[in-house]
Order: sequence, then structure tokens, then C-alpha cells
Amino acid sequence: MKLPLSWLAEYVDVTGVSVAELESGLFYCGLEVEEIIHTAEKINKIVFCKILTVAKHPNADKLSVCTVDAGQYGILQIVTAATNVFEGAIVPVAVDGATLNNGETIKKGKLRGEVSMGMFCSGEELGINDTWYDGASVNGILIFREEYPLGEEVKKHLELEDYIFDISVTANRPDCQSIIGLAREIAAVLKRPFKMPSLEYAAEGGKTSDKVKVTVSAPDLCPRYTANYVADIKIGPSPLWLRRRLFRMGLNSINNIVDITNYVLLEIGQPMHAFDYRYLRGAEINVRRAKEGEKITTLDTKEFTLGPSNLVISDREGPVALAGIMGGLNSEIKLDTTEIVFEAAEFKRDNVRKTSRTLGQRSDSSAIFEKGTDAYSAETGMKRALSLVCQLGAGKIYAGMTDVNSEDMSPKTLEFTADQINGLLGITVPSSEMTAILQSLGFAVNESKGNFKVIVPPYREDVAGFPDIAEEVIREYGYDHINCTLFEHSANKGGGLTPSQNLDAAIKAHLVACGYYQTITYSFVSDKFFEPYGLDPASAVKLKNPLGEDFSLMRTSLVPSLVNVVLKNINKNNNDGKFFESSVIYIPKALPLDELPEERKTICLAAYGEGEDFFTVKGVIDEMFACVRCTGEVRYTPADVAYLHPGRSAFIDIDGKRVGYLGELNPVLGEKLGIDRRVYVAELDFVTIESFVNEKISFRPIAKYPSVERDLALLADAAITNAQITDCIKSSGVKNMESVRLFDVYNGEHLPKGKKSMAYRIRFTAHDRTLSVTDVEKYVEKILKELGDKLGITIR
Amino acid sequence: MKEKIDRLKERALAAIADTHIVKALNELKVSFLGKNGEITGLLKGMKDVPPEEKPAIGKLVNGLRAEIEEAIANRERLLKEKETAARLESEAIDVTLPGKAVARGGLHPVELVKNQLIEAFLPFGFDVYEGPEVELDYYNFKQLNIPDDHPARDMQDTFYITDSILLRTQTSAGQIRWMEKEKPPIRILSPGRVYRSDYDATHSPMFHQMEGLVVDKGITLCDLKGVLEEVCKKVFDPGVKTRLRPSYFPFTEPSVEIDVSCSECGGKGCSLCKGTGWIEILGAGMVNRVVLENCGIDPDVYTGFAFGVGLERIAMLKYGIPDIRYLFDNDIRFLKQF
Repeated sequence: MKLPLSWLAEYVDVTGVSVAELESGLFYCGLEVEEIIHTAEKINKIVFCKILTVAKHPNADKLSVCTVDAGQYGILQIVTAATNVFEGAIVPVAVDGATLNNGETIKKGKLRGEVSMGMFCSGEELGINDTWYDGASVNGILIFREEYPLGEEVKKHLELEDYIFDISVTANRPDCQSIIGLAREIAAVLKRPFKMPSLEYAAEGGKTSDKVKVTVSAPDLCPRYTANYVADIKIGPSPLWLRRRLFRMGLNSINNIVDITNYVLLEIGQPMHAFDYRYLRGAEINVRRAKEGEKITTLDTKEFTLGPSNLVISDREGPVALAGIMGGLNSEIKLDTTEIVFEAAEFKRDNVRKTSRTLGQRSDSSAIFEKGTDAYSAETGMKRALSLVCQLGAGKIYAGMTDVNSEDMSPKTLEFTADQINGLLGITVPSSEMTAILQSLGFAVNESKGNFKVIVPPYREDVAGFPDIAEEVIREYGYDHINCTLFEHSANKGGGLTPSQNLDAAIKAHLVACGYYQTITYSFVSDKFFEPYGLDPASAVKLKNPLGEDFSLMRTSLVPSLVNVVLKNINKNNNDGKFFESSVIYIPKALPLDELPEERKTICLAAYGEGEDFFTVKGVIDEMFACVRCTGEVRYTPADVAYLHPGRSAFIDIDGKRVGYLGELNPVLGEKLGIDRRVYVAELDFVTIESFVNEKISFRPIAKYPSVERDLALLADAAITNAQITDCIKSSGVKNMESVRLFDVYNGEHLPKGKKSMAYRIRFTAHDRTLSVTDVEKYVEKILKELGDKLGITIR
Repeated sequence: MKEKIDRLKERALAAIADTHIVKALNELKVSFLGKNGEITGLLKGMKDVPPEEKPAIGKLVNGLRAEIEEAIANRERLLKEKETAARLESEAIDVTLPGKAVARGGLHPVELVKNQLIEAFLPFGFDVYEGPEVELDYYNFKQLNIPDDHPARDMQDTFYITDSILLRTQTSAGQIRWMEKEKPPIRILSPGRVYRSDYDATHSPMFHQMEGLVVDKGITLCDLKGVLEEVCKKVFDPGVKTRLRPSYFPFTEPSVEIDVSCSECGGKGCSLCKGTGWIEILGAGMVNRVVLENCGIDPDVYTGFAFGVGLERIAMLKYGIPDIRYLFDNDIRFLKQF
């Protein structure tokens, strides 16, 4: 909301208050100033001058050489390209060293050989147009209509300087979307009186009700509708003071009646509309829902097809205005308008917003209604408009304002105690101070021994209980009175992370220790993230209104997101990378959703670059299970996951329960995605891991007797896996076997066809004696027999 | 015989003194003291020595053996010292060559900020609770006193899945779920992903918030300021100051914005704080009575405060990250900086 200092000064005495003090006062009462615009700040040395002579430039057809009297700056020669200059004209001249509104500096110089001691200025170069000064919009030099003292600053005489505060107003204070609303707040901050603009007018014609019949058929969307008939309208220009106020707020003057409606919107915060009475067919106004397919053409000549969700103002024949948004072209004020009906109404914000959004039609009025207006401002706005008609002599006002009102207008009273306020704030604000603050904000206060009974000002619909009062008190009393305390009046309690939250942190810490970087990627992904991976987009939760197709589906796997991270890094010439993400995937129980989907916490790894292979990632995962104390037997079995390399991927199970999988990204998919190297990914289910975590630590005795190791080089069929051999060795029934570890695989020369060599180191430990050579030989013999019998394996 | 012994002694000591490598010394040792060595040879010659001289000669031979042994041992020690010194010298390395890389990973800056905040709050008895991201309108709006016609509910601000299911726009939804199942005293933090339809240099359609909620008897605005100032001191700088100013949220009343003094300029005003000396970091307030009532908590007995902080915003402030999109690009050159 913009607030010009000059307009504010009309309602609050701001003499002796600096702009900075005002800004700070507004800030601490909750009205943050986003910007202060100092108008005409840069304009300097643009002065009045009288043109004495105009002659053709000797060397240029399109230029003229003028002499001017510029008062204290003397008689100057000015070269101009403007064609509207004439002898005797009073015009603005930027003398040597002057600055224009846009900051540009003017220096004397020569134009095609003729000296020019400055430059004549247009309205634009002074930052104004016709609304500020008649003739300022002309394409050429601004010609003044009056005599002005030559050589004096134009900006002073035309009152170009002002300060405009651009204030951010919170959603609970629609009353501050107006000049008077902000002025009331500032008056309270400055502890100075607020002067309400005049609402007085003389009704001299007949009765409004004789001229127009008003019906509100949709009181739920229009709780209050006021109308007033005005005859003998004389359409014409508005006075300068009014036009200049509109200009400061970024509006242009149209004519007196339209200007009045705009002025009231800005000043009172009440959108107004004026209908040309001639075109109100049947002299009727009905506020109703539009019929299906009904059409309206608004003032800006756009046509809309409406339906029952849109509210219209209708005459006997059809819509004449889109309620709260814009009037209809058919009842527009014209130059020959002689009778009008003013409208000031309260339209429900939700409906105005929805209509505005669905039709794509906005206006200053709809912007105000969307934020909400109160029940009183319709009446205030109407009275102010009529008062302005009176003041401007623009028409004859009929008595008996029509007021169709279904609002409860009884004053709102609140009862509370000073203790309640102070109990919330944690400090002691004296009752007398509270009374003074509330009174300055327009509350009627009745206080006795800390018991308050107050009447809330009608424009403060946001004040509903004592916490609202507490806020009013503290924002005026000052938030710097709030101290720092640490639960002085409440009980102590424990707290801390749950085992699950600790596990999450431990997994992340482990992955970081293994050289992985945590990533965060969007939870919503594109269709494109599903199909190449063989994932079904139809099985994912879909947003109704995504930011774009690339953000439309809630992901059911983290893998495509992480592979995308890899791809982006490869494209940036980052030669290796190890990434993980820990977040949820969204698994609907049924689609369309009728209950919330399952949010399954998932850990995803992706790695590429020198030294990375299936087994480095597998090692990280194995170590993760150990690190978080996962009990249970971890098994890897060949997997068939569409987006993984069929020969280099594995499901991961703990005690037969699926935890996830890992593998090399299928090179066919990689090629499709534009990835030219091997990428390894894994996806693990957090809850399943968690179910195997046993945080209990029990000491295991350390063997007192030396261990014995034996290396066995085995010759096996190529198809036999390490898991088969290890299982066979472990289940051979040999006692005192501590560990079995594969340390070499050989597929090269000097082996029988279809065979490979696998070398295992087996460690034997007994807790009650030193094992003898004979013991160990017996063990090895038994193991070899098992391997031979079950897997046809021989020693090499 | 004695002469023989003397000659041998002379020769042996000279040979030992003339030996410069351990291996040669070992050979000498064998040739003098070994099984077939010269000392043994002397002892073999004892049979020709008259019996009366045998004790004296024997003593001499044994003395010679001890003398040679000692000389060899001394020489050996000396040579070994020399050899060690030579080896160490030859093994000298260029200590300025690069170290062998150890894989080092890292947490995402948003995670770091989350962890720092949690760590700072935990000593005050907070629990941590993460609610669902796909949420009911009921928890995200209705129970938080956000009316049906509130602009935040518009399709252009909130991502909807169905009319009543949406992506939560604020972690505040979690406080309702917690209050519905837990009774005061309540102190929780609720971090997580939130979603809003917005995308530019300072807005991402997905970002992270951390909600805080305290409900108990006698909780005041001063407690809110006290706790948050302690946390800001830990997360930002021990000398940091906080400032409250009025704001508006439907679920708190009174509502405040909390600013911290600018750690870059110490409050004097700089480009980071846009010359104000203060940086806005979070929204907070006293829990609205309607919200407490909605959750079955008697607002005449209990009061509380709540706050919500954007983790990306804190990360950007703390680490000087100019554009929120860096946080979701996951470029390893970015991730390695934290």
C-alpha cells in the first residue's frame, strides 16, 4: 500500500516528524516500509523562463534557436528541436548543470554550431503528465498556463517533491489498505489525534428509493449493498488537489465522477462504482449469481461468459457489472452522463478472488475485496463519495441511501484482565498504559482494577480475543520490553532423539565416512523419470496443479533422481562422484488417493568414476550394516531389475527379508540418458534395516590360543558362485572354524576349460587348546571332501 | 705357539678394523671364530703344546677369542649405525608431494543447518517429530485456524492431489498431529520438506522448514524470545542479539517476526542486512487459542509458543549462498564446500 506523506498530513499532524522517524514508527507497529520514494528528488536547476525570440537554426532545418529570460540565470540562448515553442511562452528550462527527473545531467554545449545554454523540458522530463498539470502530456515542451517567477525552481512551484511510503500490510489488517487506515495507525504511534475526512453532504433532491429498486438475491456473497442516486451530473475535470493525489498513487484522472470513485477506494479503502442511470434498464439493481452462460463485457471491452459461481450486478435485462471486479461497458459513465447511481458494497473476498482468478480479470477493486473489507466501510465510502460530489459541485444528491444490509452491526465488546495480557506477554504492562494504548487505537475502554471492558472499533474485525488485545498493547508499548526467559514458570521435561532418528544420523555419518556426499533432490519428478526405468507413472501420486510436467509425479524410487544428479555432474566435467540421498518415496495404497500414501524412507546411493565398481558399493553397504549393528545374515542374489545391468545386479536380503538392491545401471538405459560411463546405484529400505538393528552390545571372549590359517586353491566349474562354496565350507560341520575368506579368483590360462580357480583362506581357532597340525589337516580333509561331493570341486 | 697367537691377534684386529660392511664382518667372524676358524685351528694345535704350558696357552687362546669377539661386536655396532644412517639418508622423501587421497564425503548444507538447530534446541527438552509430507487439508490448514477463504489455500500457492489431500505448505501441520496425541508439557521440533508453488532465485517449489512448538502452563512471549536467542547464539554467533516485531500468522496471536543482529557487520549495516543491521530469520508467536482448542488443549490452562524457520534461508545466510537453486543442483563442487 502506498502512502504519500502529503496525503497523510491531511489526517495527522506530522510536523516535526522526520521521514526516518515515521518509517521506524511504522516498522515497530507492524507496518514494514518496503521502499520510500522521494519524488522529484533528483530534479535540480529546472527553472521557469520566458521565450523572447524564436529563430530558425542557420545550419539545421529541424532546430530552432531561442533566447529566453531565465531570471537570475540571465538571458540564455537555447537550441531546441521542439516545434510547439513560441515567443512569450513560459516554459521550463534546464540550465547548465541541471538534473532531470531520470537523473540525467544537462550541460551547455553547441548544437550544429550554435551555442545552447541549456534545454527546454517536457512534462515527462519533470516526471509528470496531464493529471498533475494540464498540458504536461503534450508531445513537446511543457507550456505553462500561468505566469511564474522567472528563474525559480519549477519543482518548488509545482509541488513535485513528496515522500511516498510503500508499506507491506499483513493479511489480518485489510483496514490498513487505505490512506485513513494507515493514518489512524500513525496517529496512534505518534500519539497525535487522527482527523477523519468529511462525510457530510447535503441531500437536496428526492429519494433514491424512488429512482432505483435494489435487491440482493445473494446475501451470502454480498452481505451489504448501498446505493445512492445523484442527478444533474456535470461531467468535467476534477480539481487539481484531487488529481494530484490520484497521480501520487499511480492513477490518472479521467473525469470528476470516475475520479471520486478511485479517490474513495484509495482514501477509505472502499471500492466504488458509478452506473450511468440511463442504462440501468428497469431502474433496477439485483445482486445475484450469474446464470449459466450469461455474458458480460467489462469496461475494458473484454467479454466473459459467466456461471452461477460468479456474482453480478444485474438490471432487469442482464449483468451491468462483475461484482467487485469491474463495471460493464453498457452502463459506463460517459461525457454526456447526467444521472448516476453510486454503488458501495461488501462482496465476500473468497468469491471475488475465485471469480477474478478463473476469469483472469483483475482490478484495483478486486485487489481490495480479495483482502477483505468490513461491513462499515461500504457506508463510510458512500458517504465520502457523496461528500466529494457536494464539495466538487458535481451533482444533486438524493436523500435516503439505499442500504441492503444482512451484517450484524452491533458493536463488538471484549472483556479481559490485565493479568491475562501480562500472562501471555511475560512482562507487566501497567493497566493505565494499556488503557492509553487502546484508546489511541480507537477502542472505547472501561477499566477498573485491571478488569477491562472494551468496545472494538468497527474497522478492526481482526480483534477477537484477549491475545489480539495483547498484540495491540505490545506493538504500541514496544517489543523491546520483552525480556529473555527460559521457561521460568513451566516444568522441566526430558527430550532427545528417538532410536530411529539416531539410526538415520548413523547411516548418514557412515556414508559420509565412506566418501559419499548427501544430495537433496525434488520429491516430485517428471514422467520422463519413470518410463526409461520401466517404472509405471500410473502407480504414482499425481499433483493436480504441478508447477510443470517436470514436477508432476511424487516419486516411487530415488534412483532416477540420483542418476540425474550423476548425469548433471558428468555434464559439468566432474570426473567422479559418490552421492546419496535419504528421503521418502510415496507409495499410494490406492489411486486415486482416498487416504494418505505410505511415505517410505529410502536410502539411495549412486557412484561413478575411477576405482568405482559393483564391489566398492557393496563394500560400503556391508560396512553400513555392520556399523549400525544390523544383526542377521546378509545375502546377495542375482537381481532382475529393469534398469540394472542383468549380469551385475543383486537383491539384498537380511535373514530372507528384502532390504533393497544394488547394481550397475543398465548400459542400454545409460546410453538413452546420455551417460557414457558405468554408474553404480543401490536403493535400501530404511524401515527394513531398522528392523534388524540390535543396539545391545555383548562382549565376546577373545581366544587365548593361537589361530591357524590354511589357504586352499580350489578348481571349480565356472558357474559355481562364491556364495555356494562359502556356504558349503561353512556347513561342512568342521569345528573351530572361525572365518572363511575368498582372497583370489583366477580365470586365466593353464586351467582346464570351463573351470576357474578360487583361493580361500580359512582360519581355525579353538578356545580351549592350541590346535595341532593333525587337527587342522583333518578339518581341511573334511572340507575338501564336502566340496568334492557337493560341488565337484578339487584342489588345484 | 704364543707367537702364533700374537700374530693371529694382530692380523685379526687389523682385518676387523679394515672391514667396512656388515656382511664382510660376518665372513671374518666365521673365518676367525667359526667351527673351522683359525681359533679352532689354534685349539687343534694344542695337542702339540707341552702339558705344563697348556693352561697358560689355553688362557691366552680364550683371551684372544674374547678379544676378537668384542672387536667384531664393536665393529659391527659401528658399521650398523653407519649403515642405518646411510639408509635413512637414502630414504629421504619430498614431504611437499601431495598426500594420498582418503575419500571424504559430506552432509548437505541444509542437513547441517537442521542438525545445528536440533542440537541447539535439544538441551531445552525438545523432542523431534517428522509428520507426513503428503498431508490432509485438515492438518495443514483447518486445524491451524486457516479459514476456507484464506488466499494460502489457492491452487496457485498450494500443490493439491485431491480436494482434501495436498503437499504440506508448512511443517506447522506436524504440530497439530503431535498435540492430538501428546499432552502438555510439549516441546517439539518438526523438521522436513514443505512445498509451495513458487520458483525463483529465493524460492524453490520444495524447501525445508523446522517447526517448533512449546505448550505448557505459564509459557510467555519472554520464553519464546529467551529460547530463540539462546539457539541463535549457538547457530550464528555467541554475541548475536534478537529483535521481535509484529507480524501475522493465523495460528499464532500475538505473532512476531524474529530478526537477529547481522553477524557480518555486527549491526552497523551492510549489504547482507541491506543496511538495517538486522536479518529476518523466522516467524513465531504465541499459539492461537483456537489452535489449542482444536487439539483438545484447554487454552485457559495452557499457553504456548510456536515458530517456523526456513532451513534454506538459514543455510544461505550462514554460508553466503546467493541463489537457492544451488542447494538442489547437487553439483559436487558445491557439495564439497560444506
